[in-house]
Parts: sequence; structure tokens; C-alpha cells
Amino acid sequence: MPVVLDAQGLCKSFGAVTAAAEVSAAIEKDSVVGLIGTNGAGKTTFINMITGYLKPDRGAIAYEGRDITRLAPRDITRLGICRSFQIPQLYGSLSVLENMMIGIGIVLRNGGLGGYFSRGEPLVPGFGRPPREVAEQLLGRFGLLEDRERNAQVLPGGARKLLDIALTMVTKPRVLLLDEPTSGVSAGEKFGIMQMVLDAARAEGATVLFVEHDMEVVSRFAQRVLAFYDGRIIADAPPQAVLQDPQVKRYVVGSHDVRRNGSA
Amino acid sequence: MTRLVLGIFVLLAIAGLWLPQWAMFIMTVAIARGLVVLGLLLLLRCGLVSFGQALFYCLGAYSAGALGRFLGVSDIFVQMLVGGAVAGLAAFVIGFLLARYRGIFFGLLSLALSMILYGLLVKTEALGSTDGFNIPPSTLFGVRPGADWVRYAVMISAAGVAALAALLVHRYLLTPLGRLAPAIKDNEIRVEYMGASARRAVHVKYVIAAVLAGVGGALAATTVGHIDPDMAYWTSSGEFIFIAILAGTGNVLAPFVGALIYGAIHTMAYDLSPHTWQMSLGVALLVLIVFLPQGVWSLAGRLRARRS
Repeated sequence: MPVVLDAQGLCKSFGAVTAAAEVSAAIEKDSVVGLIGTNGAGKTTFINMITGYLKPDRGAIAYEGRDITRLAPRDITRLGICRSFQIPQLYGSLSVLENMMIGIGIVLRNGGLGGYFSRGEPLVPGFGRPPREVAEQLLGRFGLLEDRERNAQVLPGGARKLLDIALTMVTKPRVLLLDEPTSGVSAGEKFGIMQMVLDAARAEGATVLFVEHDMEVVSRFAQRVLAFYDGRIIADAPPQAVLQDPQVKRYVVGSHDVRRNGSA
Repeated sequence: MTRLVLGIFVLLAIAGLWLPQWAMFIMTVAIARGLVVLGLLLLLRCGLVSFGQALFYCLGAYSAGALGRFLGVSDIFVQMLVGGAVAGLAAFVIGFLLARYRGIFFGLLSLALSMILYGLLVKTEALGSTDGFNIPPSTLFGVRPGADWVRYAVMISAAGVAALAALLVHRYLLTPLGRLAPAIKDNEIRVEYMGASARRAVHVKYVIAAVLAGVGGALAATTVGHIDPDMAYWTSSGEFIFIAILAGTGNVLAPFVGALIYGAIHTMAYDLSPHTWQMSLGVALLVLIVFLPQGVWSLAGRLRARRS
């Protein structure tokens, strides 16, 4: 499989704290990659650097052969790399449907559609359907159709997570980065949510990277696991191999953090 | 919306034939202020309060004044056009700085800039310093209306421009960029991560707001027939925010209704107690905030809800 995303030698420090030390990883197209590690190990920093929120001190990131290291988040999003957040980033005062419609509006605008002088209803690029239908189709896929008139602010935690991910789908991502998609979700719902998200990503043909603390979720859904510790990748292999790795056992799986999340 | 706006315009055109001169004056000034507040509405929807719209109001007024004084151009439409263009150009440049800021920083920076203009005008003898200067009566497309008809002609021209502005802004608010306003207010991170630039959207809105303020300033200048640096003073910006709060941001017609109510309260308060009119205005604002926090326009929504 061709490499879609290639990070080489990424370094990032905040004062005396090293969040990334020579992090390198080549992500193959259509793969599902799990990122594991304790809090502060550098998983989110890795995602933040890829999506342009943080600029690495050193190193380079290439997307389909193109250097994206210094691009702004919006430009990276337009290229097809989209992300969800550990704490869902929604438009709190607006309804679920309006959240989707604003996202679709941005996609239309970036496609040069729906401008001031355009007449009639434009079709959403990549979907070939009118905005409202696309919004409802995506909400339906994530089980949010019933909640479409509710305010995003008052949704329960799991639904907020799903809306956050549904928003990323609007941009037709080629690479989807999910920061802890199942945190704050009850243990019983985790597998269902992951399945739903991966089905949706697969339907769009997106490569997926997800941060996860629950090793059961990781071993079930990831094809490949990157284990982070202290700003470095200490293991990079299929889940079974990584979870048997003595270093990973010692620094990641055996940690307090994982036990807490696993039993929640 | 188009029908409603056209209806109001025609109504005003007919009613204007019977309106006394002073009422037409109040009406025209209200339209001028309404234009400024219409721009403010765009920014308020993004969660931005500009304490310095008077900058563009005053720029528009002085551009119109300079046209009349130095170039002998008194056509009201040319004055409004140039006033809007000068203000828009200024906002385009200033916007590169201001669009980076939010909240209190945006507000105070905009205020500081308008006070700089005030300071410059006060020091400029050629423009009349603190006294300002008078502007000759308006002409329309080269025709000078008879003395009895000047107010009516200016009012109708103003109403026409305001109707056009309201419709254009209404349409703008329905475009993807226009709809982005509440999203910018709620969560800029998400806006960026959906592939849009919040800063650029704010910049565009800032320029539109300035053009509207410039047109409003030019209109006020030619209506009052006199301009002075006080138009850029911070209390002038405060007036516009007062009207915006009074009116509410729910509809593009709200600023004009708000400006008219403001004009009425202002005139009455001044009539009843010339020395304490500010106090009466303050009390009026207090009452409105307590009972109608969404502005006067929210009454329309409440009535509609009760009927259905």
C-alpha cells in the first residue's frame, strides 16, 4: 500500500518539556492505526503537529508527497486531513443540524459554490446532493437524526463526540485523526461507537488514526499500533505484537492510566 | 423580505408627503444611524463589539463634506458612494490588524482608532478644527429640489439606499460566509478545522460594516448640513451600540426601527429636560435590557409565537 502520510523526525518541546523527540511514522493508505500511551506521552502533540495546530521545531510532514509542515490548519483540512477532538469542538449555541449546515457551508464556499451571486441550491462537492440531505444522511449514519433540533450544548457526552466526528465527515477526509473518540463514553457503548465511526470512515475511503486508552478497543479495531512514551514511539507493529512488547507492557499497558480507563 | 422592505419604502414615500419637516429630519437621521447599526449587527453576530464605528461614520461624513467644500460636488448619491468607499478602504487596511483581535481587545482597539481620527480632526485647521464646517444643501442627479422638497427628496433617497442595503445584507447573511457569524462566535477552532479562516471572515464583515457606516455618515452630514469632529468621538460609537442593543440583532430591519425609537426617545428626552436627557436615555436603556434583553425586534418573534 502507498504511504499517504509521512512524518519524519518530528521534534517539539515546550520549555523544558519534550513532547516529541524524533517521532517518525509512515502511514499507509486505507490503514487503521491506533495511537497508545500514557497521558503526556505525545499522542495528541503528534496529531496537533499533523493538523497544523502546532508547528514542529524540527522535522517534516508530507501528505501524498506534498510538504504540509508549515501549513495552517484550514489549509491542511482543505487538502483532506481532518480531525476530531478529545473535548468535542462544536458550535454550542446552535442546533445539531445547524452545526452540520455550517460545516457544509464552508465546504461549499471552498468549492466556490453557494456564493453571493449563485442561484438555486448547490450540490455538496463529493456528495452530489443538496446540503440538507447530506447533513441528514451523515447525522443518520451517526444515530443523531433524532437530536437534529437540539442544541449541541445540551447533548450527552457520547452524542457530542459523535457530532464532532460527523462534522469531520462533511469535509470528505482522506485522512481522519480521532483524538480519543471513546473517552467519556460508557464502557458498553465504546465498541458500538468505534464500529460506527470506522464504518463511516471506510465508506468514505479514509485512512484512520485514533488515540485510544482502552487496549481492548485498540486490539479489536487497529491494524497497526504506535506506542508513545516520553515523546518517542517505542513500538510500531500490529496490536498483538505491540501489546506483548516488554517496554510497552512496562510503560503503557501496566500504567495506572490504562487501568482506570479500562475499568471505567 | 424583499416585499416587506419595498412595502415599507412605498409607505414612507407616500406618508412623507404629509410628514412635517422636523419628522422627516428625524426619519432621515434615523436611517443614517440605522445604516451604521446594520454594520454593527454583522459584527455583533460574530460576538464582536466595535466601540469605534464612529471612525467610519466620521470618515464618511468628512468625505462627503470635503466633496462639497473643495470640489463643489453636492450630489447626495455621489457623497454616499464616496463616503462608503473611503470608509471601506480604511477598514480594509485597518482590518489586517483588527481581525486578529477578539473581545475587549477588538473593542478597545477600534475605540482607540476612532479617537485618533478625532484627535487629528481637532488639530486640522483646514477642516475647521473643533468647529467643523457647513455643507451646502444636496442635489439629486444634478437637480436641486425646491426648498420645500429638499428634506423629502433626501429622506426618500436615504430610504432607497437603506432598503437596498438591508436587502443586500439580508442576502449576505444567507450565504455560507454570512452564516459563519454565530460559528465564529461559538468556536473558532472548529471553524478553522472545517477549512475556513475566521480571521478572513471577520475582516470581510469589518469592511462591510465600515462601508455601511461611511454611507450613514455621508447621509448624516448632508442631512444635518454640518459636520464636526464629535462624529468620531467615543460617545458617538456608544450611541450606535446603544441602538444595536435596543434594536436587537435578529433582523436587518431592526437597526432602522431601533434608530427611529432612539431618535424619538432622544428628542423627547431633550424636549422634556434639556439638561438631564442623558439620564432619561440611560433609564430607557436599563428598562430595555431588563425587559427585552434580545432587543425591541424580539417583540415581533414573541407576537408571532403567541399567534400560532
